Amino acid sequence: MTPSTETFKSNARAALADAKLAKALAGLPGGLVAQRTAAKGRVPEFEALRNTARDIRDHTLAHLDLYLEAFAQKAEAAGSRVHWAETAEEARAIIARLCQERGARLVTKGKSMVSEEIALNRHLEDLGITAVETDLGEYLLQIRGETPSHIIAPAIHLSQDQVEADFRVHHNHLAPDRVLTTAESLVAEARAVLRERFLAADIGITGANFLVAETGSAIIVTNEGNGDLSAHLPKTHIVLAAIDKVVPTLADAATLLRVLARSATGQDMTAYTSLLTGPKAPGDPDGPAECHIVILDNGRSEMLKNGLGEALRCIRCGACLNHCPIYNAIGGHAYGWVYSGPIGAVLSPAFLGIDAAQDLPSASTFCGKCEEVCPVKIPITRLLRGWREKSLETGKRRHERWLLGAWAFFARRPRLYHLATRFAVATLSVLGRPRGAFKRLPLAGGWTARRDFPAPQGRTFQQLWAEHQRGVPR
Amino acid sequence: MKPRVGLFVTCLVDLMRPSVGFAAARLIEEAGCVVVVPAGQTCCGQPAYNAGDPETARDLALQTVRAFEGCDFVVAPSGSCAAMLRIHYPALFKGRGGVESEVEAFAGRVHELTSFLVNVRHKTETGAKFSGRVTHHDACSGLRELGIRSEPRQLLAAVEGLELVEAREVSPCCGFGGLFSVKYPEISGAVADRKIEDLRAPAADLVTGGDLGCLMNLAGRLRRTGIHLPCRHVAEVLAGELHDPPIAWGEEDAR
Repeated sequence: MTPSTETFKSNARAALADAKLAKALAGLPGGLVAQRTAAKGRVPEFEALRNTARDIRDHTLAHLDLYLEAFAQKAEAAGSRVHWAETAEEARAIIARLCQERGARLVTKGKSMVSEEIALNRHLEDLGITAVETDLGEYLLQIRGETPSHIIAPAIHLSQDQVEADFRVHHNHLAPDRVLTTAESLVAEARAVLRERFLAADIGITGANFLVAETGSAIIVTNEGNGDLSAHLPKTHIVLAAIDKVVPTLADAATLLRVLARSATGQDMTAYTSLLTGPKAPGDPDGPAECHIVILDNGRSEMLKNGLGEALRCIRCGACLNHCPIYNAIGGHAYGWVYSGPIGAVLSPAFLGIDAAQDLPSASTFCGKCEEVCPVKIPITRLLRGWREKSLETGKRRHERWLLGAWAFFARRPRLYHLATRFAVATLSVLGRPRGAFKRLPLAGGWTARRDFPAPQGRTFQQLWAEHQRGVPR
Repeated sequence: MKPRVGLFVTCLVDLMRPSVGFAAARLIEEAGCVVVVPAGQTCCGQPAYNAGDPETARDLALQTVRAFEGCDFVVAPSGSCAAMLRIHYPALFKGRGGVESEVEAFAGRVHELTSFLVNVRHKTETGAKFSGRVTHHDACSGLRELGIRSEPRQLLAAVEGLELVEAREVSPCCGFGGLFSVKYPEISGAVADRKIEDLRAPAADLVTGGDLGCLMNLAGRLRRTGIHLPCRHVAEVLAGELHDPPIAWGEEDAR
C-alpha cells in the first residue's frame, strides 16, 4: 500500500469526523477488550506466562541466525523449499517466479500482514495473476479496495450494512432479492463464493504465526479455517513469513499460542491451529504437492542492530491497538500504513523512515496501557521515545525544537525562571481570573483549539512560599 | 528528629495553582515532617525527555537532584513528575559513572504525595471534611509507573462527609499527554470526551486527580463543552484547601 503516514494529522481529523467509524470503534471496550480481560481472568498464571513469552522471544531474537538455519534445515528435510528474501522486492520476485513457473492464474490467500507489508497482491495482479483474499475481513477489504485497519480484525471499521451493500454489488451473479440481513447470511454467502475459489486455485499463499525450528513447521492460527484450505487444497502452498516468526521448539510455540489467542480475541485458543510440516507425504490423505517457505528480512536485521529488537518480540495480537486511547479515537487507517496503533507507531518509522512517519511516535500520550497488555512486554513507550529523539534530530520539527530551546533556556536558570514566570503568571491571572479560563490565548492555539485554558491563581508558589517563610500571611 | 522533606512543587502547581503546593506542604507537615522548598527547582525535565531531547532532560535532572541535596525525602504532588524523578532519572544516567549512583540515591528518596502519606508516613486519614460525592481520576504515570491506585482513595474515603464513587471505567487516559495535547488537540479532545463520559456516570459533585496536567485538560474540556463538573487536585480536598475556585472556574462561577 502507498503510505500516508505523512498526512497523519489530516488522516486523524477525517477519522474523528467519521461517524460510522466512531460507531464501529465504540464496540472495542465491550468487545475485544472485555473478552481479553475475561480470558486472562481464567488463567491465574497469565502474568507469569507473559514473562515466559517475553523470554522466549528475547532468547530467539538473540540467536536468530542459529534458529533460522535450524528451521531451514528441518523444513527442507520435511520436503519444503526455503527461500531467503532480504527485501520486499526480492520476496515479491520469488513468489512471482514460483507462480509463473507453475502457470498459476488464481491464488487464494490466507490472512498475512507481511503480504500487506510487501504489497504482494498488487504485484501479482500486475502480472495477470488473480489473488483472492480468503479471510472474511480481508475479503471485504479486497472487494472495497481498502487496506486493513487492524492487525487481527482488518475490517473492524466496517458495519454490517456496509458489507451487505458491497456483497450486492460484488456478487452480482446471485439473486438480487436474496435476504442478507443477518451476519450468518453474509458469512454463508462469502463461504459459498470463496469455496469455489479454494477449489479452483492453483496456488495457496499463507503467512505464518510461528516457524518452529525444532520441526520445520509453519503454524497458522485462524478462526475461519481459510488458512488451512489455502494451504491444503491447491497443488502448491507458499508460506510467506518474516525472520522474527521463528521459535525454537513446539513447546515454546505452545506457550506463545496461550498468550496470543487470549490477548488477541479473548479465546482460550483460536478455532484452528494448524501445524504445516512439508508437502503431502506418501500416505497422507491430502495436502499440497509442494511447499515453499519464503523468509523475509525487509529491514528487521537492521532493527535488531539499531536497538529496536524489542519491537520484534511482537506476535501481532493487536491488544495494544484495542486498549489504546488514540487507536480507539481514530482507528487504524489514520496511521497511514500496514501496522497501526502503538506497535504500528514503533514499526512504521523503521520501515518507512522517521521523516515520513514522524507524527506516529509523537501521537501518543504515553499512558502505558499498551505495555500493560502486551503479551510479550514490549516497552512501547521507550521505543516511541527513541523515535522522538531521532525525529527531533532530523530537522523537520524545527519549530518545536526552537520552543523547547527557549523554554529550556529559562528552566536551566532557576532565578531568571522564577522572575520571568512571576510576571507571566500575574498578567495571565489578571486577564483570566474573573472568568477562570481563556477561550483563546496567544501561543496556546494548540491547547485552546479544543479546550479552555485555566487561568492561573495569580502568584507563583515559589513567590508565595518565600513570603510565607518570612511570616507574610497568604 | 522530624524527617526533612523537599517539596518538588512541579512547574504546573508553581505557576497555575499554588494552593495545591500549600495543601501538599500542610499534609506533609501534618504527617510529622519538616517541609523545605528549594528555590533551585524549576521543571523536572519531562517535557524535554518526552519530546526527544534527553540532553536538556539530563541538565534539568541534575539541577533538580542537586537542589534537593540534604533532604530525607522528595515529595511531588504529581505521579507523573514523581515517576520522572524516580524512574526516568536513573534511566537517563545509566552507565554514566559517578553521577549514576548520585541520581539513583536521589530517585530512591522520591515519592508521590498520597503514596508518601500512606506508605511512608502510614497516614490513614487527614482530618479533612468535604460534603459530597467525589470520583478520583488515576493519572496514567502514577497508576502504571508507580502503581498508585489505593492510596488517594484510602485518604479520600476517610474524609468526613465525603462519598467516594467510581467512574464507569477507571483506568483510561484523559488524553493530556503533555505536548501531545497541543500537538494533536483534536485527538486529545476526543480522548478527553470519552474520559468525561466515564467520569460523569456516577453523578459525582467533584472530580479529583493527583496530577494537575490531567486536571487542566479535563477541566478545560469540561468548560469548553459547557459541562458543569468541578475538578480539583486531591491534595486540596485532603488538606481542606478549598477557598480558591475549582480549576478553570472563575470567581463568578464559584460564588
